[in-house]
Amino acid sequence: MLEDFMMRATLAGIGVAFAAAPLGCLVVWRRMAYFGEATAHAAVLGVALSLALSISVFAGAMVVALLMAFTVNILSGRGYAMDTLLGVLAHSSLAFGLVAVSLLSGIRIDLMAYLFGDILAVSRTDLAVIWGGGALVIALIGWRWSPLLTATLNSDLAYASGIDPKREQLVLTLSLAIVVAVAIKVVGVLLIAALLVIPAAAARPLSRTPESMAFVAGAIGGLSAVLGLWAAYFLDTPAGPSIVCIAALIFAGTSILSALQTNI
Amino acid sequence: MSLVEVEDLSVAYGAQTVLLRVSMRIEPGEIVTIVGPNGSGKTSLLRAIIGAVTPAKGRIIRAAGLRFGYVPQRLHIDPTLPITVARFLQLPGGVAPADIAKALLEAGVPNLSSRQMSQLSGGQFQRVLLARALIGKPDLLLLDEATQGLDQPGSAAFYRQIEAVRLSTGCAVLMISHELHVVMSASDRVICINGHVCCEGTPAIVANAPEYRALFGTGTGGAFALYQHDHDHDHDHTHEHNEAVE
Repeated sequence: MLEDFMMRATLAGIGVAFAAAPLGCLVVWRRMAYFGEATAHAAVLGVALSLALSISVFAGAMVVALLMAFTVNILSGRGYAMDTLLGVLAHSSLAFGLVAVSLLSGIRIDLMAYLFGDILAVSRTDLAVIWGGGALVIALIGWRWSPLLTATLNSDLAYASGIDPKREQLVLTLSLAIVVAVAIKVVGVLLIAALLVIPAAAARPLSRTPESMAFVAGAIGGLSAVLGLWAAYFLDTPAGPSIVCIAALIFAGTSILSALQTNI
Repeated sequence: MSLVEVEDLSVAYGAQTVLLRVSMRIEPGEIVTIVGPNGSGKTSLLRAIIGAVTPAKGRIIRAAGLRFGYVPQRLHIDPTLPITVARFLQLPGGVAPADIAKALLEAGVPNLSSRQMSQLSGGQFQRVLLARALIGKPDLLLLDEATQGLDQPGSAAFYRQIEAVRLSTGCAVLMISHELHVVMSASDRVICINGHVCCEGTPAIVANAPEYRALFGTGTGGAFALYQHDHDHDHDHTHEHNEAVE
């Protein structure tokens, strides 16, 4: 019953969800929920530039997302609170991206495709990029997990243990840039942040350790991708938003469940 | 060989200099207390020693292979981060379960290992932080207002625990505290700073130094006198003295 393209879409969704899960947890714990937003919005600028220079969209998005990651890294801890900084960068980079797109005369970009993604158009090459990038990110985060977690708890505790929190943050921002670049085609710019944050938030009431929260977030993300695509197929709704809707419903479910548990 | 030697250290945040030409050293096994008014750079000195702030001038020489145990002034764990006491103590890794149980026992809070960090009381939380600081078998224990949020019996018990740990492990202790009378009783050496080192020496010398009196007045001198009185008695009179302080 399921077509080939549905199979590829499902695999792509699951790949992005798995890679986003541990990152999403770290982002939530560090109160950097807007970071995904900022990086993703910057990627629009990357898309515009890569089309102007006729290089691959993935490479362009990657480069600009990395630039954004480094900018945040450098500017953080220089007088602005993280949420203010990310708010400024997220919205201004999207605006610059949209302006840049409009200035590109002669090139027609289907902006909607990049804003909302087109998971049903995922090719085999895209799939390879997503799973390759996802595996790279999971390996990177797995390798640095304990130092990252220590630095997330308290930067001075990290220093006292011989860990450089700035280096760990760089690992995190680098991984986020990679995930955004590989995910832009699947869920699009506007929904990447949702896929980072919502499964992690939904996993919180079900978890007692940081590691279990990351695994549960991965499972919830994967489930959202499968159910969301299934819903999109049968209800003829847009695929990316459907995935995010399912994740949001799961979040509502686990929140209500935990509220009931604490009241009993 | 000193554990840590601070030479002519200046620390600045932007244009604001918080520490100017501070020199000090910590020898193995001694308890050193830093006192000073708010904003005098006490925490910056501790953070410079663990490497969390880069000196503007001067240098810090740490003994080769020196292991720190650090109890920060405040530790806020975001409620979205689920973590058990045992997992918290494991970080950043390489800690055996037996060592976790031992460190919790040493810190005076056995049986907490499966609890969530967010469910601990203030006193339990501080003691878990102490357990984490002890777990790496530190040569130097750094405590930044470690008894913040504890009541007086709680903080007195905390300092007794520190003494006991020093006796059993032989580690040096560098601590910051506002509770002058408690600190004065427990320390081998006191360093009074206010952006620079005002005075330094045994508790008795510092308490009588004019620089110290200028900063803290004679009221705390009175507290110190109270401590000396306390010291003459071996039996437990703390609650009476506490009332006397208030």
